Amino acid sequence: MRHFLDFEKPLAELEGKIEELRHLSNGGDINIADEVARLEAKVDRLLRQTYAKLSPWQKVQLARHPDRPHGSDYIRELIAEFTPLAGDRSFGEDRAILGGIGRFRGRSVVVLAHEKGTDTETRLKHNFGMAKPEGYRKARRLMALAERFGLPLLTFVDTPGAYPGIDAEARGQAEAIARSIEACLQLTVPMIATIIGEGGSGGALALATGNRVLMMEHSVYSVISPEACASIIWRTAENAQDAAEALKLTAQDLLKLGVIDGIVPEPLGGAHRERQPAVAAAGEAIEAALRPLVALDGPSLRQQRREKFLAMGSRGL
Amino acid sequence: MNWLTNFVLPKIRAVVAKKDVPDNLWHKCPNCGQMLFHRDLEASLFVCGSCGHHLRLAPERRLSMLFDDGRYDAIELPKTVLDPLKFRDRKRYTERLKEAQARTGTGRDALVVAHGTVAGLPTVIAVFDFDFMGGSMGIAVGEGLLAAARLAVLQEAALLVVPASGGARMQEGILSLMQMSRTTLAVEMVKEKGLPYLVLLSDPTTGGVSASFAMLGDITLAEPGAVIGFTGARVIEETIREKLPEGFQRAEYLLDHGMVDMVVPRRELRDTLARLLGLLRRPAPPAQVVALRG
Repeated sequence: MRHFLDFEKPLAELEGKIEELRHLSNGGDINIADEVARLEAKVDRLLRQTYAKLSPWQKVQLARHPDRPHGSDYIRELIAEFTPLAGDRSFGEDRAILGGIGRFRGRSVVVLAHEKGTDTETRLKHNFGMAKPEGYRKARRLMALAERFGLPLLTFVDTPGAYPGIDAEARGQAEAIARSIEACLQLTVPMIATIIGEGGSGGALALATGNRVLMMEHSVYSVISPEACASIIWRTAENAQDAAEALKLTAQDLLKLGVIDGIVPEPLGGAHRERQPAVAAAGEAIEAALRPLVALDGPSLRQQRREKFLAMGSRGL
Repeated sequence: MNWLTNFVLPKIRAVVAKKDVPDNLWHKCPNCGQMLFHRDLEASLFVCGSCGHHLRLAPERRLSMLFDDGRYDAIELPKTVLDPLKFRDRKRYTERLKEAQARTGTGRDALVVAHGTVAGLPTVIAVFDFDFMGGSMGIAVGEGLLAAARLAVLQEAALLVVPASGGARMQEGILSLMQMSRTTLAVEMVKEKGLPYLVLLSDPTTGGVSASFAMLGDITLAEPGAVIGFTGARVIEETIREKLPEGFQRAEYLLDHGMVDMVVPRRELRDTLARLLGLLRRPAPPAQVVALRG
């Protein structure tokens, strides 16, 4: 079943009509081509209008759209010979973060990707993309693998945040995230992070302290979810839209702030409407970001990453 | 002001004003409610004589407790961009900053950085001020920790950080999140020079602060009873709809779970710190004293 956001409803209605007409025409020999063409033009117009002026809150909804391509989709489309590698070697295997080794455009790489799951069963299996300490420790272990064999690291970030639970705290959620950030900073191989959906706070940053940080056009990246922010400062989650506005969490704002390096354009209507071209566009952007980096030596890569983060925050909007 | 204070010269006014009585002679222990006399509190290093609760400390008090003879020099921290997002909720962020500055009576943000000696060894100490917007970490704090790290490297000093912070400063949005990477970088600068980086976790250390520099110490100390964790207890309770275990996210809980090296009562803090720094920084056995033969 397809899922439509509130502001997508008028589109859904039009598309429903087109579908209906097509279905009807199969029964008889009525010529509906003109009518379909007219409606399709209308859909296109409506899409352009809606997407030309998306509010930050609508971006948040799009970033969380259940039909949006997830980490495993990016891996399937972009990484050949992908071989998943499991476990943190001290406690368990966390399926909120997929990890492994494979080929990106012929080159061996290590991949880390949040996975939220697509239905009840897989969402539970992947814990809605909310990693526990073992997830971040697995990430760190695979970063060490990339380092040891000089392989570039590609990460795909899509998480509401690190898992808020007793067990996660007991096993040192804070420490696990801190060490993962530290490991990113120490890498002497190229690291490219792509925010594909929801970049939720420390849980996202743990996999995103890279040489290049890219964001999909309709993804968001924030220190706190708009709902949580609203419930803290407005004292009610109902102000989430205001919080989304104030937090400046869209890819476009983050580019202006110098926090990210590039935006990957999504097909009209968002990645969930045309998943494959969206993922392919990310592949192009990653390749373009990676190419100049593989020419650099280890110390320069580390230095570049350092300087990038040191320079951050010197300018506002 | 009355006609007399208006009339008399400033020097005389100072004499006249001397009869001012400190208005907070008594403090209430936030844990057990016991009324504590200020002089007793100072003598006990702000530990409740009744229940042992460690009260939160103003940065200056913390610094004078840790440095040799209570002497140190605070450094001026770099000026940073204010309100980078033009953040506004029910109030403007710039107003909130002004209010916080008025309350602490200083022009600073939530971090104080000072240098001096501990056990005779050069040491830089960075202390959070919880009274300033919950000790939250924005660009100013991140920049302050980088300055502390650079100073430690310059002076070949050890770095001790004492967080007291709810986490990242929301009003600086993504730029506050980026301070987690930047402060981790600050820690790296100190460590790669072979200098000790110590952390004293004080109440509270949570959120983005706990998930970055605060958990990366060569040695990690914690104050008794301090709340330390990533996600706040209320959020966890709301998410999992379960009662949290007794003592959850307290310093002692972290000790039991292997997340800190030791929980140190405030009274033993200076000696512990001095001993650790001595062990790390004076590793060679003391030179043998041989009596010169006449």
